Amino acid sequence: MEKRISTPLTEEKAKDLKAGDTVLLSGVIYTARDAAHKRLVELLEKGEELPIDVKDQIIYYVGPTPAKPGMALGSAGPTTSYRMDAYSPTLIEQGLRGMIGKGLRGKEVVDSIIKHKAVYFAAIGGAAALIGKAVKKADLVAYEDLGAEAIRRLEVEDLPVVVVIDSEGNNLYEIGQRQYLDSIK
Amino acid sequence: MKEVHVSEITKSVRKLCIDANYYLSDDVRDKLKEAYENESWDIAKDILEKIMINADIAKNEDMPMCQDTGVTCVFVELGQDVHVAGGSLEEAINEGVRQGYADGYLRKSVVKDPLDRVNTKDNTPAMIYYNVVPGDKLKITVAPKGFGSENMSKLKMLKPSDGVEGVKEFILEVVKQAGPNPCPPIIVGVGIGGTFDKAANLAKKSLLRPLTERNSNPYYAELEKELLEKVNALGIGPQGFGGKTTALSVNIEYFPTHIAGLPVAVNINCHAARHAEVTF
Repeated sequence: MEKRISTPLTEEKAKDLKAGDTVLLSGVIYTARDAAHKRLVELLEKGEELPIDVKDQIIYYVGPTPAKPGMALGSAGPTTSYRMDAYSPTLIEQGLRGMIGKGLRGKEVVDSIIKHKAVYFAAIGGAAALIGKAVKKADLVAYEDLGAEAIRRLEVEDLPVVVVIDSEGNNLYEIGQRQYLDSIK
Repeated sequence: MKEVHVSEITKSVRKLCIDANYYLSDDVRDKLKEAYENESWDIAKDILEKIMINADIAKNEDMPMCQDTGVTCVFVELGQDVHVAGGSLEEAINEGVRQGYADGYLRKSVVKDPLDRVNTKDNTPAMIYYNVVPGDKLKITVAPKGFGSENMSKLKMLKPSDGVEGVKEFILEVVKQAGPNPCPPIIVGVGIGGTFDKAANLAKKSLLRPLTERNSNPYYAELEKELLEKVNALGIGPQGFGGKTTALSVNIEYFPTHIAGLPVAVNINCHAARHAEVTF
């Protein structure tokens, strides 16, 4: 089912999303990859404040290409999510509601998604030019020294994503493959 | 003896880095189209369509098709009757990478030290593979390689008694374990034989072969076909959401090996299978 969703992603909106739904996402989302996640979690460990309030927000695992003149951002497809697995539960506990990436997640992340009613979305890996066009504005928020890995605040319009793990823990990677294989039996 | 000046090499490598990242080659486009036509699973068809639209946007608007513009793999086939004049060949290639990644607005994804992890900020050094061949031609192939798929690659030293069945089993296991992570539909590059490092190099090299070509040895050509069918029977599908199209091709290269060994390397490439070449 195709749904249109705007951020912030409240618990109510998250609960309405089911694994397999295609979603056009609009509003503000934040970018962060391995290095930024490491720093965020280190801040929390030290009891310090995060540079962004993650409550009901969505983090997109992306390291975009540099913007050409006149563009908000360059190409911006998802990076593989499992590298963030060590950090995600800590951020979900802080209220992070959604993550966009690609690929499998570990059990601890899935448990945390269910416990805190969060959602894991996938964007199409390698469809970076298409996705980049959905980004209307990009502002640097923190960690400029990380270059492509810095945290950016993106304003997106109709960013195409798919719900992979919903707030009940249903997983499209398992369901989709099983249903397909059943259909050709 | 033919002479090629380093400045020409730099200029060409600069252009190849940009071209490879902006323009998906026709063989991959054709395979995607064929897969789209043969795909029966709705979400799989939708993904394949978006991947083709993405390639069009990248081409028409001169943008990288993928944000992971890769580590720059450069394959050099240097004719033994060619003289590279005016400086260092390696530096000329790296300067081309530097210029291409800056001028093409490509992402700089290389860190100087694998443990210290500070970005070199110009995507150098390139991973350069040299091969000296007879003749007076210099061929340079630039193949930016994304790490989503690179990270899912594996190598195993099989026993000779494992035979072709062991090889097939290992390849299928690697693809299955990779699942959605390497951005399927993928291209499965396989190197069989040689040594530990030779097998890996063969696997990487096999990814340069146009998808329209099979191995010239009929036995291996048949093995490629069989493995493609088996990979696509796994049901992983585009992006791992289920479907027929898990891989666009299985490319195998082989080489003589030791009586005691059967090395097999599987180097996975994503659908953004990028390579561009020039011959002097």
